[in-house]
Amino acid sequence: MIRASRQQAVLALVAIAALLAMPWLVTSDYYINIATQIVIAAILAMSLNVLVGFGGMISLGHASYLGVAAYLTIYLSTHAGVGALGSALIAIGATTLLAMLFGYLALRASGLGFLMITLALGQILWGIAYRWASLTGGDNGLGGPIRPRPFGIDLMNPTAFFYFTLIFLVLAVWLISRFVQSGLGQSLQGARDQPRRMRALGYNVWLIQWLSFVFAGFWGAIAGMLYAYYHQFVSPQALHLTTSAETLLMVVAGGTGTLFGPVVGAALVVILKNVVSAYITRWLMLLGVVFVAIVLFMPEGIVPGLRRLRETMKMRPASSAEASLPAAEERTT
Amino acid sequence: MTAPALEVTGLHRFFGGLPAVRDVSMRVPVGERRLLLGPNGAGKTTLFNLIAGDFPASRGEIRIFGENVTGKTADQRTHLGMARTYQIITLFPKNTLVHNVVISLLGLLKLRFNPLSDIRKHTALWDEARSILALVGLEHLAERTVADTSYGEKRRLEIAMALAQKPKLLLLDEPLAGLSADERRDVERLLQTIPRDVTIIMIEHDMDVALAFADVITVMQHGQIVVEGNRAEVVADPKTREVYLGH
Amino acid sequence: MNFWVIQGLNGLAFGSLLFILASGFSLIFGLMRIVNLSHGAYFMLGAYVGISAMAAGASFWTAILIGGVAIAVLGAVIERLILRRLTGQPLAQVLVTLGIAFIIADACVWIWTGDPRPVPMPRELAGAFRIHQLAFPIYRLFVIGVAFTLAAALWFLLERTRLGAMIRAGVDDLNMARAMGIRTSVLFPVVFCLGSALAGAGGVLAGPILSVYPGLDTDMLPLALVVVILGGVGSLLGAFIGSLIIGFIYSYGQALFPDLAYMILFLPMVLVLTLRPTGLFGRQAI
Repeated sequence: MIRASRQQAVLALVAIAALLAMPWLVTSDYYINIATQIVIAAILAMSLNVLVGFGGMISLGHASYLGVAAYLTIYLSTHAGVGALGSALIAIGATTLLAMLFGYLALRASGLGFLMITLALGQILWGIAYRWASLTGGDNGLGGPIRPRPFGIDLMNPTAFFYFTLIFLVLAVWLISRFVQSGLGQSLQGARDQPRRMRALGYNVWLIQWLSFVFAGFWGAIAGMLYAYYHQFVSPQALHLTTSAETLLMVVAGGTGTLFGPVVGAALVVILKNVVSAYITRWLMLLGVVFVAIVLFMPEGIVPGLRRLRETMKMRPASSAEASLPAAEERTT
Repeated sequence: MTAPALEVTGLHRFFGGLPAVRDVSMRVPVGERRLLLGPNGAGKTTLFNLIAGDFPASRGEIRIFGENVTGKTADQRTHLGMARTYQIITLFPKNTLVHNVVISLLGLLKLRFNPLSDIRKHTALWDEARSILALVGLEHLAERTVADTSYGEKRRLEIAMALAQKPKLLLLDEPLAGLSADERRDVERLLQTIPRDVTIIMIEHDMDVALAFADVITVMQHGQIVVEGNRAEVVADPKTREVYLGH
Repeated sequence: MNFWVIQGLNGLAFGSLLFILASGFSLIFGLMRIVNLSHGAYFMLGAYVGISAMAAGASFWTAILIGGVAIAVLGAVIERLILRRLTGQPLAQVLVTLGIAFIIADACVWIWTGDPRPVPMPRELAGAFRIHQLAFPIYRLFVIGVAFTLAAALWFLLERTRLGAMIRAGVDDLNMARAMGIRTSVLFPVVFCLGSALAGAGGVLAGPILSVYPGLDTDMLPLALVVVILGGVGSLLGAFIGSLIIGFIYSYGQALFPDLAYMILFLPMVLVLTLRPTGLFGRQAI
C-alpha cells in the first residue's frame, strides 16, 4: 500500500499536468465543458470511494450530497439573497450535517442493510425535491446565474471555470490521499477487513465508519456546489437513484480502493454518457447493460474491487463461525 | 485491598436457547496466571468472547479491575488495559508485520481519529513497533507481508500485537496450537518474559507447558466450571478425570 | 369525520398494494439474501404487460394472470441465468439487479412510450360503495380484500405447509437448513418466482389506482425497502404491518401536507432504526 502510493503520486502529477495543459490542447468549449464535468464527477466518485473502496460500505445514495448541496447553493443565492460565498459555505455545512444524520441511520446496519437504507434515504430526498414544488420548483428545478466572480475573475468563461473546478480536484486528491494514509483512514481500512479484530484492538468501529461517512459527505457536498455552478440549474435528477448508480459505476469501473481509479471511472462514464449518448439515446439502458456486463463478465476487470468485496462478504460468515456461534448472531450480510 | 483483574459473576450466554456458558463465576487477582482447561465445546472461547465483549452476556456481570464492563463494548474494555489473542489467526495478511503492530499500537492512540496526519511520518510509532517485534524475535521480518510468513511466525506476531498494547490483563487463546516443538519453546520463553504484574488467562491444551505456567487452573465442561484450584488440587480431583476420561 | 374515514380507507388500499409488492421482496431478501432492486421494475413491467393484454382483448382478470405469469417467467430466467451464477456474492447480485432494473425501465419507455397510461377498471367493480354520506370506490375495497386474502394465504403457506416450513428454516438459518437437507436449488427458484409473480400481478392490480408511468418503478421500490426496514427481515407480519403503516402515513400525509408527504415517510424509518434496528418484527438487524 505504501509503495504503490508513490507511483500513484507520480501518476497524479502527470495527470494534473495534462489537465492543466488541457485548454491549450483543445480549444473547443464543448470539450472543455466535458473536461469540467469529468473533474466534478471525479470529486464525487473519489468521495464515494472513501466509503466503498476504503470502508467496504456500498452506498446507493451518494447523489444525496451532490443534490442537496446543489439545491442549497442555488436556492440560497437566487431565492434567499445570500451572497455567493455565504451560499456555498452554508450549502456545504448543511449538507455535511445531513451526512451526519444519514450516516447515523445507515450505520445502524451493515452490508446489504446499509445499502438499502442509503438507497431509501436518497429516494426520499428525491421525492421531496420532486413534490415540494413550492420550495424546489418540482420537476422544473431551480436555476439562475450563480457562478461567482472570485477576485474579479469571470467564471462564465469555460476555461476559467475549468481551472476553478480543477483547484478543488487537486485539493480533493491531496486531502483524500492524506486521509487514506492517516490514522483515521488506516482505521477505516482495518474496520473494512477485520471489524471484530479492530474492536478488540481498541477501535470504535462505528465511530470510525461514521466519521469517514461524514468526510465522504463533505466532499460530496463540494462536488454538489461545483455541479450547481457548472449547470447553474438543478432538478430532482441530481438526487435520483440513477445518479447514485452512475457514481457507484465510476468507482467500481475504475477500481475501488485505489486513489485514482474513481477519476478514471469518472472520465469513462462522463465520456460514455456525452459521446455515446449523442448517437444512441438509450443512456439508461446502456447504464444497466454496463452494470450487468461488468458484474457478469469482467469481475476481474472491475479492478481489485469486486474481488475484495467478495472476500469481505465471505469473511463474515467465517468470523462468526470462529466465534463458535450458531451463525444467528452476525448474519448482517 | 485492590480489585481483582477480572471478576465474573453468574455469567450466562445462550445461543438460540442453548446455553454455551452457564452460571460461570470466577475471580482472577492481579498478577495471577490462570489456565482454562476443558474439552472442545466446553465454552472456553465463548467465555473469552464474553470477557472481551465480542458479544453481550445473556445474564451475569463482568468486572475488569473493579469496573463493571458488562454493558461496555469490546473497544472500551481494551482501553481499560485488556488485550487478547485469537485461536484462529485474524491478522491483516496483506500488510507487513511492522504495519500490523502499528495498527495495534494505533488502537490506543488519539491519532486513530486524525484524518490528516500521515501515520508513516510518526517514526516513533514504527520504531516502537519494531522493538516489540524484536521482543518476539521477528525484527528481521518486519518488512515482510504477513501472508509470506510461517504459521509459527504468525502466532508470535499475534502475541506481539497483544503485547504492543501493554495490557494489564492478557487473554491468550491457545497460543501454542499447531506449533512445532522448537516454536513452542520460543513462545514459552516469550510468555515467561511477560512482567509478573500482568494478569494472564490462557486457554491451552498442551498440558506440560500449561501446567507449568499456571498458578490456578479452572476446568470447564458443558459451559460450566467443574473444578478450580492449584495444579495439585486439580490433578487430584476425580472430577478432572471424569471430564477428560469420561469416568 | 368523513375525511378521516376516507383517507383511512385510501391508506388501507395503498398499504394493500404495498404489501403485495413488499411481501415478495421481503421473502426473497429473507431467504435468499438478495436485495432485488429490480422488484419495482417487475411491478411496472407487470402493469404494462397487463395493459397490452387488455388492449389485445383479454379481460382484466386474465390480464392480472398474464402479468403475474410473465414476470414469474422473467424472474425464473434471471434467477437461473444470472443470480445463481453469483451465489455467495450478495453485492454482485445487488448490482446486477440494479442494472436489470434500469434495462427494464428503459425498455418500457421504448415499448410503451413515456406517456402515463391509465388502466381501465373492471366493469363489475366500477362505481362507489355508499354508506350514510360516505362514498368509497368499490375497486379499492376489492384491493384491500385481495391483500388480506393474500396475507392469509401466505401465512397458511409459511406456517402450515412443508414448503413453508422449508422457507422458514431457510430464513432463520440458511446453513442449518442446508445441513438438514433442504435443497436450496429447488427452494430459491420457487420463492423468487413467487415474489416476481406477486410483483407482476400487483402491478396490474395497482393500475386502476396508480396508473402506469415511467418512474413507477423507482417510486415503488424505496417504499418496499422502507417496509422491510420497518417490519423486519423475512417477517411476513412485519411486511404486512409495515405496509399498512406506510399506507396510512402516505395517505394522510398526502391529504394534510401534500408538500411534505414524502418527508413524513422518513419518520417511522428514523424511529425504527434508532430504537429498534431489527425492525418491528425482525429477529436480526438488517
